Amino acid sequence: MSYEFLQNYWWVLIAVLGGLLVALMFVQGGNLHLGNNALSDIQKRMILNSTGRKWELTFTTLVTFGGAFFASFPLFYSTSFGGAYWVWVLLLITFVFQAVAYEFQNKKGNLLGVKGFRIALMANGLLAPLLVGTAVGTFFTGSPFTVNKLAIANPAAPVISTWDSPWNGLEALGQFHAVLLGLALVFLTAILGSLYVLNNVDDEKIHFQMRRSIKLSVLPFLVTFLSWLVWLLLRDGFAVAPDGVVSMEPYKYWHNLIQMPAVLVMVLVGVVLVLYSLYLGMFSTSRKGIWFAMPGTVLVVMAVFFLAGYNGTSYYPSYTDLQSSLHLRNSSSSYFTLMLMSWVSLLIPFVLAYIAYAWHQMDSKKITAEEITEEDHKY
Amino acid sequence: MDAVIWSRIQFAMTAAYHWLFVPLTLGLALVMAVMETLYVVKGDEFWKKTAQFWIKIFAINFAVGIATGLILEFEFGTNWSNYSWFVGDMFGAPLAIEGILAFFIEATFFAVMFFGWNKVSKKFHLASTWLTGIGATISAYWILVANSWMQNPVGTTFNPDTVRSEMASAAAFWEVVTNPVAISKFCHSVTSGWMTGGIFVVGVSAWYLLKGREKKFATKSMLIGAIVGLVGSAAVMLSGDSSGVHAAEYQPMKLAAAEGLEDGGNGAAFTIVPGVKIPKLLSFLATHDFNGYVPGINDIMNGYTDNKGNVVPSVAEKMAMGRTALDALALYRASDDPAVKADALEILNANVQYMGYGHLEKAEDIIPPVGIVFWSFRLMVGLGMLLALVLLLALIAAWKDKKWNWLLWAAIWSIPLVYICGQCGWIVAEVGRQPWTIQGLLPVNVAISSLSAAAVKTTFFVFLAIFALFLVIEIRIMLRAIKKGPEVEPKNA
Repeated sequence: MSYEFLQNYWWVLIAVLGGLLVALMFVQGGNLHLGNNALSDIQKRMILNSTGRKWELTFTTLVTFGGAFFASFPLFYSTSFGGAYWVWVLLLITFVFQAVAYEFQNKKGNLLGVKGFRIALMANGLLAPLLVGTAVGTFFTGSPFTVNKLAIANPAAPVISTWDSPWNGLEALGQFHAVLLGLALVFLTAILGSLYVLNNVDDEKIHFQMRRSIKLSVLPFLVTFLSWLVWLLLRDGFAVAPDGVVSMEPYKYWHNLIQMPAVLVMVLVGVVLVLYSLYLGMFSTSRKGIWFAMPGTVLVVMAVFFLAGYNGTSYYPSYTDLQSSLHLRNSSSSYFTLMLMSWVSLLIPFVLAYIAYAWHQMDSKKITAEEITEEDHKY
Repeated sequence: MDAVIWSRIQFAMTAAYHWLFVPLTLGLALVMAVMETLYVVKGDEFWKKTAQFWIKIFAINFAVGIATGLILEFEFGTNWSNYSWFVGDMFGAPLAIEGILAFFIEATFFAVMFFGWNKVSKKFHLASTWLTGIGATISAYWILVANSWMQNPVGTTFNPDTVRSEMASAAAFWEVVTNPVAISKFCHSVTSGWMTGGIFVVGVSAWYLLKGREKKFATKSMLIGAIVGLVGSAAVMLSGDSSGVHAAEYQPMKLAAAEGLEDGGNGAAFTIVPGVKIPKLLSFLATHDFNGYVPGINDIMNGYTDNKGNVVPSVAEKMAMGRTALDALALYRASDDPAVKADALEILNANVQYMGYGHLEKAEDIIPPVGIVFWSFRLMVGLGMLLALVLLLALIAAWKDKKWNWLLWAAIWSIPLVYICGQCGWIVAEVGRQPWTIQGLLPVNVAISSLSAAAVKTTFFVFLAIFALFLVIEIRIMLRAIKKGPEVEPKNA
């Protein structure tokens, strides 16, 4: 196996994890319904217990996504996390509150009350997809940083990756193209959440509300996502020459799309699957839309990562120092580490298999109001 | 204070806070798995309800542990940017294995364990309970492999082209995985978790017995808690012994600080408290030889000859070699002339093991805060022995069905003490290795991100407020759950 093959392979795994993370963010989208006044408290708790049985999976995927980036492309980790400080800290705080909100919110003595923790869950439901989407959006718009590996030999200023904006990440919120992807993700996860709850909970009124919510989210999702996509295909992109020199190339991402037909197919298949799930959610009595929406989402997100990183493209470009831009060849772990981790990654199908088995065992009985009122082990 | 200090304080606070929740997770996981096994084997509903109660307590504790684990992972990048780049290649494989083998086991089977009582078969549920604990334990191993590599950086090669530590071969990976520091640290940390879990169960059970409530539940729980805690205590002592030997070999300054040993020598005495010493004991603990040589702080500063006859240079000499290495690295990176690069590389390789010393401003910087490490070590050992005694007496009391009120009170008070004991352990391990993030290679002032002190100070206080809030809530909820009780038997039964 060549070094380049391993770098490409690990970008596939990063893309898979990114896709799974976004698909599993149905947890965040589902929690937005905790503020729906048309639902009773019991119905909200049914939703809470529905997403509550999966939140750790989403959370763990986030941890693994971060860990995989750290392990395979550590220069991205050290540059982005150390530079876009406020974005990551904000994301972190919303997830930290989410982690405890399930366990704490319906317990007496929790200080913040049910409402306080539900607000925390809804804040996570909005901010997590917005921040993750915007952060991925900067893969195409660029960020203000400089990488100088020689710095470590200078005791007076030893930091290799420095951020060239005093806003430390918040400046991304001023890049409308990046924010558009964040907004698209907010509406997408809201749709995924509704589809998931529709499938997982047995309650007619909840079903009605979920289908209504899907109808409300579809238009803003399509507008934001398609605007982002069209803009992406029209904009200049960050091209990496074989010698590593980075330059701006007009229509770079359009070129990537047509020069990588497999990615084009992924986008098309993914979009068709998501559209079919929307049809099922809005216009049929089927509750199985989530099983089309999730793989569709994974495919589209993977395609977005492929557009960002393959075909001689910088996946984490710098707009203040073009040659500091990160690409698969200059930011990865060493050959041996990537190879070793690749062997370990062969266990992933086994992991997915036991997750699927446990998921099937747990979800074969849908959540009912009786379960929420009678069971002792619940959120 | 500058960004380095604030980042250190923030990371120390997060790690210490995380370590409030992890030991109980590790310990309770074992206790409740044993109880559920008794339920499945004996078919007695009593054990089911008993296990369910401790699982409920486990769940309250588990969420904060997970949340703070994520903060630690993020803080590696947000606050320690250079460190992340420098170690990324070394930590890649352990983290990949941890993520794939451990995290998903924990997350998947925790949900089955907590919600699955009426959804999955008895045996699948039991397997899920064991797998939750096994997942947490596997996770502990791999993260401690990473931590131990920072204490004893084996199997690594510095690559001047990428400017980082790299793992170059399967032999290097094997060295990292079987790092003796990792093995003893894993045993020490996990079994201290068993001790914490055991003490917690014994203490809560003692409260019920004092109140005259849930007698059967409390007695049986105390018995299992005491057994798990005692096994943990014995293993903690054994692994603590090897930790001492490893500190002497790989981090002599940490050992000197923990002993407050200014001037070492052969047949060094162990200080119980200042002024009370046991002759030759320190030498024995550090080298398993009553006349073994143990260097003191001054010896390390001025240079010495170790037990294997190796001459260890003075700190000033190491700093000079470190600066030579850094200059050679700069020349290597800046020059395009192959001959100059080759010469620079030769000089770099000859001095690279001391490269981290080149970043130090003065030799005294390598001395950690002696007072904190010295007293933390004594508190840890003293409390550990006291807690082991409480566990032993609790085992006897539960076995013989005796109710000794003084012991029950002691068991309750042992709960805060076991946490203090665990925190002291981490202080010894982590404060004792200052100023190094990676021993000898990367001091904290170079491991940092390029952030303002104000930014890190702000997040420190934000996290402080969040941690304080969660701790108060967690304790309140846990106390209410305990007061409500397992409802295995009627009140006052």
